[in-house]
Order: sequence, then structure tokens, then C-alpha cells
Amino acid sequence: MSDPLLKLREIRKSFGDNEVLKGVSLEVAAGEVVSIIGASGSGKSTFLRSINALEVPQSGFMEFEGLSFDFRPESRLFPTPAQLQSLRARVGMVFQSYNLWPHMTVLENVTHAPIRLLKMPRAQAREEAEALLSRIGLYEKRHSYPARLSGGQQQRVAIARALAMKPRLMLFDEVTSALDPELVHEVLVLMASLAADGMTMLLVTHEIAFARDVSSRVLFFDKGVIAEEGSPEILRNPESERLQQFLHRILHDRVAHAVSKSSGEGAQA
Amino acid sequence: MVNFFDEFKIYGPGFLEASWTVFGITILTIAVSWVCGLVAALAQRSDWKAVRMAAGFYIWFIRGTPTLIQVFLIYFGLPQIGIRLDPFTAGVIALGINSGAYVAEIVRGGLTAIQRGQTESALALGFSPAETMRTIILPQVFRIILPSITNEAISTLKNTSLLSTITVVELTLYAQTLIASTFRPFEFYIAVAVIYLLLTTILTFVASWLERRYANLG
Repeated sequence: MSDPLLKLREIRKSFGDNEVLKGVSLEVAAGEVVSIIGASGSGKSTFLRSINALEVPQSGFMEFEGLSFDFRPESRLFPTPAQLQSLRARVGMVFQSYNLWPHMTVLENVTHAPIRLLKMPRAQAREEAEALLSRIGLYEKRHSYPARLSGGQQQRVAIARALAMKPRLMLFDEVTSALDPELVHEVLVLMASLAADGMTMLLVTHEIAFARDVSSRVLFFDKGVIAEEGSPEILRNPESERLQQFLHRILHDRVAHAVSKSSGEGAQA
Repeated sequence: MVNFFDEFKIYGPGFLEASWTVFGITILTIAVSWVCGLVAALAQRSDWKAVRMAAGFYIWFIRGTPTLIQVFLIYFGLPQIGIRLDPFTAGVIALGINSGAYVAEIVRGGLTAIQRGQTESALALGFSPAETMRTIILPQVFRIILPSITNEAISTLKNTSLLSTITVVELTLYAQTLIASTFRPFEFYIAVAVIYLLLTTILTFVASWLERRYANLG
């Protein structure tokens, strides 16, 4: 394996007395798609958010494209505000709740960061944004405001907004969890096509089937550590008992959900 | 009322000039109050406790004391420590600082209405906190607070009548000088009231035009 794109070592984070990350280490090579699964409260989202320092860890080391950070507050390598901005400009992030800016059109949402941060000429930013919007099938909506779009459309625009900065790494934080079931598919299809294009991606997800089919590696978080890690195969044949239980619970929930739904429909008929 | 047009010819230009004074004071005061209000609202969210406390003190003091006393403090009080201001400037500063405290509370309310995710998505793209505030958060806050900020501007406009007490020749003081020589308070105060009504109505129209312009975002 060539030099990894992203290196994290011994990342620790607490909120008050609650230690959420208990020394997590990870290396990600360019082009890898890493899925992170785990129960809520296992620390997986906090871990993802510490990669672009939306949550600044209390300690730990990080390397990414020539940036080296040591998160101990007294360290000389503690990131400066300018370094944090430089990191975030190269790491795209998509959130569960889309977070599009409601006072800007779709096109403005996508061009705002390249114009302001990359100092890209307006015409070029617009051209590139229109190309991105065509790719995600929302070119026609470029002059609409976010409130006029469905959840799935908004989330695709949020992905385009992050891609407009030409990131080396994309972080997806449960990006389909807030969507109605029928809108999940269009977002997953877009993410799969990004993965196929070789985008390096880390995603926190509850979509086990997606993690199995698209990712090159799967991490299972439990109680603030990576409890099991491996190829997507571990989702079929989990080694640890905790992962077995987690998968069983998820599968069981799905079945129970499907049963209650179909019986509900049966009662109506 | 027989010679209405004659009277209009005599007093009209004076009223017009006084109205311009009111208009000028109001515009400048609104500018000062927005600066004070914005600074105070942002200061209340500062990481430094001293800054938060200073902003808190400002709002507490202004809202807890009469506007007239604040005007007197600036115009009659400050010369005692060597700061002498002309009536117009003292009036703008006093009313601006006064209204700023109310604007600060309005802005604070607007800021809390913006979801945390709006800031996070901007930071995640590499925007600095200042740029995030200026280009993402404040434009949204402005839309939310527009109706309350209009009310505040109307209060400011009406408060300019207080400046008659520090010899600013605005509508009220001008009317008083006329009344002193004509002994016709009823007509002249009615005239002042009508002009104020006209001005506040114009302000309301401008605000609702702005609101409509920004309302159709979805």
C-alpha cells in the first residue's frame, strides 16, 4: 500500500465525563471507501466529525496531505485556525440534515465556497457547478431555493456543494437517515457512482446492504473503539459477538418493521 | 382655517426643514443602532466572559433607564468630562446607543432561530467563523428579524421628538416656537402628529416591500 491519504492515531474525545472516543487509529488510502457502522452512542459520528475537526479531539495525531496535527492543546502541532480551514477546504462533508443555505439558490449554494475560498472566477464556478448539477440530475433546479426541493434532491445538492471544492476525501454522516424511504435510493446511487469514480470516502451509515456492496472496508464501532474491522465480508460472517448482536438487531428491526408495515396494509385492505 | 393656503406658505417651509432634520436623525440613528446592536449581540456570544458581561451591562443599563435621561447624560453630562457635542450629534449618538440595546435583543433572538447545522456546513467547507457569520448566518437573521427591526425603527423615529429638549430644531421644537408666538397649540401639534404619521407610514411601506422581496424564498 502506498502512503495513506489520511492517518489518524490514538484519537481521544470526551464530552464532560463521557469518553466518546477511547484512542481510535485509522489509515485510509486514496480511493478507499470505508463504511463505519455501530449503535448510536458508539462514537462513530464523533469520530467522523473529528476528521475535519468539527469536533476537536482532546488528544491524538493526524496526517492529511502535508498537514500534521497533534491535538494535545499544549502541542506545537496543535492546528491553527488557518490550518483547520485548509483541512476543511480539502475534506468534503455531508450531513444527515442536508444543511443547505435557505437564502441561496441551488446554484449559489454550490458556487459560494469555490468563489469565496478558492477565489475561482464566477463564470468558471458557475460552469463547474452546472456540470455538477447536471451530473446529479438537478440542472433544471439550479435557480430554485432549497425549500422547493425534496429531501433527496436537497441531499444531492449538499453532495454537489461539497464536491465543488474538489475535495480529496468525502465524509458522509448518516446522509440517508433523515430521508423518506423512497428517497434514500437516489442518494445512495449518487454515492455509489462517486465511489466508482475513485473518490476516497468515509461514511457513517445504517445502510448495511450499501456498506456491503460499495465499501472496500468496514469498521464496527462499539463503546468508543473500533471493535471489529475488515472487508465487507465481516457483515456476512462477523467474528466478534458484539458485531453479531448488532447485525442481528438491525436485521431483526428491519423484519419487524416490514412485518408491521405489511400487516398494517393488510388491515386496511 | 380660512387662509389655509396662506398659512401653509408661511409655515410649510419650516415644517419641511424640520421634517428633513427628523428624517436625517432617524437614518443616522438607525445606522448607529444597527452597529451597536450587532456588536452587542455578537459580543454576548463571545468566548470571553468580560466581553459577554460588557454587552450584558450595556443592554441592562439602556433598557432599565429612561431614554430622556440617556439623552441628557450625553448632551449635558459629557461636557463635564470634556466631551462637548453639538445637539444633533449628541442626539444621534444617544438615540443610536439607546435603540442599539433593543436591536441587540432582536438580533440575539434571530441568531437563536438559525440551526447549528447552517454554521457547521459552512465551517466544514473551510469558511472562517467570521465569513460564516457574515455570508451565511446574518443574511438569514436579517430576514427573520425584519418585522421586529421595523418596529424598532418606528420607535426611533418617534423618539426623535425627545431631542426637542436638547435644542435640536426638529418638528416638536419647531412647533413649540410657533405656538409660543401664535398661542395655537392644537393646530400645530396636530400638524406635527400628521407629519409623524406620514413618516412612519413611509417607513412601514419600505419595510413591507423588503419583506415581500425576501419572503418568496420557498
